Amino acid sequence: MDTFALLAQGLLTALEPINLFYALVGVTLGTAVGVLPGIGPALTVALLLPVTYKLDPAGSLIMFAGIYYGGMYGGSTTSILLNTPGESASIVTALEGNKMARAGRGGPALATAAIGSFIAGLIATLGLAFIAPWIVSIALSFGPAEYFALMVLAFMTVSAAFGDSALRGLTALAIGLTLGLIGIDLQTGQARLAFGIPDLLDGIEVTTLAVALFAVGEALSVAATKSAREQKIEPVKGSVWMNREDWARSWKPWLRGTAIGFPIGAMPAGGAEIGTFLSYSVEKQLTTKPEEFGHGAIEGVAGPEAANNASAAGTLVPLLTLGLPTTATAAIMLAGFQQFGLQPGPLLFANNPQLVWGLIASLLVANFMLVVLNLPLIGLWVRLLSIPTHWLYAGILMFATLGTIGANPSSFELGMLLAFGLMGYGLRRFGYPIAPVVVGLILGPMAEQQLRRALAISQGDPTVLVGSPIAIVLLLLAVTAVVLPMILRARGQGKVLAQLAGDED
Amino acid sequence: MSDGNQPRQERRPDRAALVIAAALAVVAIVIAWSTANMGGAATYARIGPTTFPYVIAFGLFVLAICTAYVALRGDFPQREEQNFPPMLWIVGGLAAQMLLLKTVGFSIATGLLFAATARGFGKGPLWMTVPLGIVLAFAIWFVFAKGLQLALPAGPLERLF
Repeated sequence: MDTFALLAQGLLTALEPINLFYALVGVTLGTAVGVLPGIGPALTVALLLPVTYKLDPAGSLIMFAGIYYGGMYGGSTTSILLNTPGESASIVTALEGNKMARAGRGGPALATAAIGSFIAGLIATLGLAFIAPWIVSIALSFGPAEYFALMVLAFMTVSAAFGDSALRGLTALAIGLTLGLIGIDLQTGQARLAFGIPDLLDGIEVTTLAVALFAVGEALSVAATKSAREQKIEPVKGSVWMNREDWARSWKPWLRGTAIGFPIGAMPAGGAEIGTFLSYSVEKQLTTKPEEFGHGAIEGVAGPEAANNASAAGTLVPLLTLGLPTTATAAIMLAGFQQFGLQPGPLLFANNPQLVWGLIASLLVANFMLVVLNLPLIGLWVRLLSIPTHWLYAGILMFATLGTIGANPSSFELGMLLAFGLMGYGLRRFGYPIAPVVVGLILGPMAEQQLRRALAISQGDPTVLVGSPIAIVLLLLAVTAVVLPMILRARGQGKVLAQLAGDED
Repeated sequence: MSDGNQPRQERRPDRAALVIAAALAVVAIVIAWSTANMGGAATYARIGPTTFPYVIAFGLFVLAICTAYVALRGDFPQREEQNFPPMLWIVGGLAAQMLLLKTVGFSIATGLLFAATARGFGKGPLWMTVPLGIVLAFAIWFVFAKGLQLALPAGPLERLF
């Protein structure tokens, strides 16, 4: 089998001492930042991007893989020990995990989350390795029309399908698309919406936008909130090890969570939180001890946490094989690729197999490192959790501006950071989702390019957009993603969708 | 939300949301105007650099109308009362850093941001937090500018090293 050979080669790359070192730095930084309350994986990746600026592409992406997985692990620790989840995908973990921690079973809760994440990460990364070549072979036959349809589908699922209002989701997407227009048009060299300002000609940096929306916007909205949130860190009492019963009750939810999370992440359907909610309700129905749910049932931690990580790995399938980011985190990772002039997609697999397979293999390595590091270092993570809010946000803003200055040391860039930060505050205040803005900014110009390529090939005939069965199916799915939730909301079943609203991912 | 359970009095037009609708409409008009005045190169292809901006401008305009409709019905989610002075501290800190960065260098400008943010979250006094912020920012400057060769603006403090 080809995949084995490629993966083995990737492992050889990933196991080189210098790359192991990069992965170790990545997982440690990722976990440390991900643990901080209020910081989700998207912001973790955006904040740590500058660390990788000066590395070579392979090393940088390997460190990135570590940061990504580390950020996911860190988030679960936060939600178990502190009842304010750092990321929306961890909300479910907080439901049962925090109850367990209050009952003095924080150790086993952390253990089942860590081991569940490990198993899910392992299976899902292998799934990624095996499914990717297959999707790449299909994607190679895609023309611009199919790509455009695929991107329309991603736009709709990211913005309109989940959350409590299609209008606000679509508005957020339109804001992102508008920001994506700014700068020089790639095909004709025409400057658009730059208003004669030279700094705008290069367009808006995805990292600047993401950091502003997530870090500055979040800091402003936390500072402006009058009712102080109750933040009580649950101490980890007793052993962190799971007993026989914990194991018996955990292993099936781990596998089920993986089976639910991976396909959802792999489809262009947006956030990890959908999988975690599904997994939670499945575990609630299958459990032998329904009375424990809501009071700290270990299945309710094991399943969703596995689903969360499996879907995080699943998101890499469309990102690596099609160049299609479906979450804010993936959008920032795409920006990370682009800083080295690499465009993820089927051609990357063909032209740069060493890099891609090195990246996939280092996901496996990062996963192993995390399970070894995480539980022994739990004391350290707990201490990070207890950083007081004022120091925490002062530090977050320091690093947020560091990243912006590091990428482009100009006052104009900082002005944009401030302006987008205020916009992020406004979006939060009025219940607009954040992820569609980020995804719209990076995917908008790509969709436009595909659209114009398709129309150029057909000499302006718009029917080319619905010229193939694949394109028609994708566009129909996109319509369904908008219309079906609208009907559900109109029939009063919108609550479930509102719960699935993703803020971070 | 603290008052989430109280029955709503009556659905009144949501003024702030109407402002959002107006802002969206203005952005739509600006895009359309700017695209129309783009100049020569724009016209040589039928699907050129102007098509997508027009589509987005049209979409934004439709969204503005829908937002206005929802705002008039008062259908926006309820909002909590806000505390504005802390926000002003943070915005002020960011603005100060932006304006001073080139003249006083990374460490001092960022130290001021640090202190202003901490003040926004109720931590003072500034005579303690400003020096602390500058020391921290200098440590970061040292690691990133010296260690990772990131181009961070240097000021009088950084030039000593």
